[in-house]
Amino acid sequence: MIDPEAVDILLVEDNPHDAELTQRALKKTDLAARVAIARDGAEALEYLLSNRPKPRVVFLDLKLPKIDGVEVLRRMRTDDRTRSIPVVVLTSSQEERDITECYKLGANSYVVKPVEFDKFYKAVGELAIYWLVLNKSPL
Amino acid sequence: MTTLEDIEILLVEDNPNDVELTLRALQKQNLASKVFVVKDGAEALDFIFATGTFAHRKIEHRPKVILLDLKLPKVDGIEVLRRIKSDERTKHTPVVMLTSSQEERDVLVTYNLGVNSYIVKPVDFSHFVRAVSDLGVYWGILNKVPY
Repeated sequence: MIDPEAVDILLVEDNPHDAELTQRALKKTDLAARVAIARDGAEALEYLLSNRPKPRVVFLDLKLPKIDGVEVLRRMRTDDRTRSIPVVVLTSSQEERDITECYKLGANSYVVKPVEFDKFYKAVGELAIYWLVLNKSPL
Repeated sequence: MTTLEDIEILLVEDNPNDVELTLRALQKQNLASKVFVVKDGAEALDFIFATGTFAHRKIEHRPKVILLDLKLPKVDGIEVLRRIKSDERTKHTPVVMLTSSQEERDVLVTYNLGVNSYIVKPVDFSHFVRAVSDLGVYWGILNKVPY
């Protein structure tokens, strides 16, 4: 039975424009992906550590209000309930320090948001197909 | 000619048919020339850690992704993964399990060891080619590594 509360993707994104664009791109894929959105790091952790079914993948922005993305990732990886959920860092930061830090903390993948609308759209579609169709999550 | 420094994808696979299919799929994305194939876990570790027959390699020349089978001669995939993810010099390199095992236990163990992604090899020929081609694009182009 499908849990009505279950989602495929938890999108952690504070920029409403990026969140909307991401959702539109996801709709376009025909995967019928169920998406929950957290607007800041605190909301993301609250969602992940609640009794709700876990998402199959988390798309995590780095610069977030309240608790930043790196800290969300750190806490996820030190908690048995969230340790193995795939996390894709989806950010505009290309800084090597951020990339290294995220992998060190156990990010599964690091994708730089393309600035251009069309490319962003396409990248989100590829991300969804990869993590929802191709990849097997540990759930 | 591609030298060892230019290698972007390390394929660890003992089945010659799967190697050929994988290379053919990557060829479609023009990635095949950047692939290096090793046929067992011991050879994989030698390549990754620049030891044995690969002692002339530099460990800093990391591939963008390692495609790792689970059942391998000499040293199995889980042990190869464990070694990669427990060494500061190599733990940042993305590792994707590419295996025919669908067993939950294998999925869980590898995620707990820090695998970046787990892909079950599609049995059907055209699905296999499609999956490898998609994952080549994902890890070869979309995903970013810190080096």
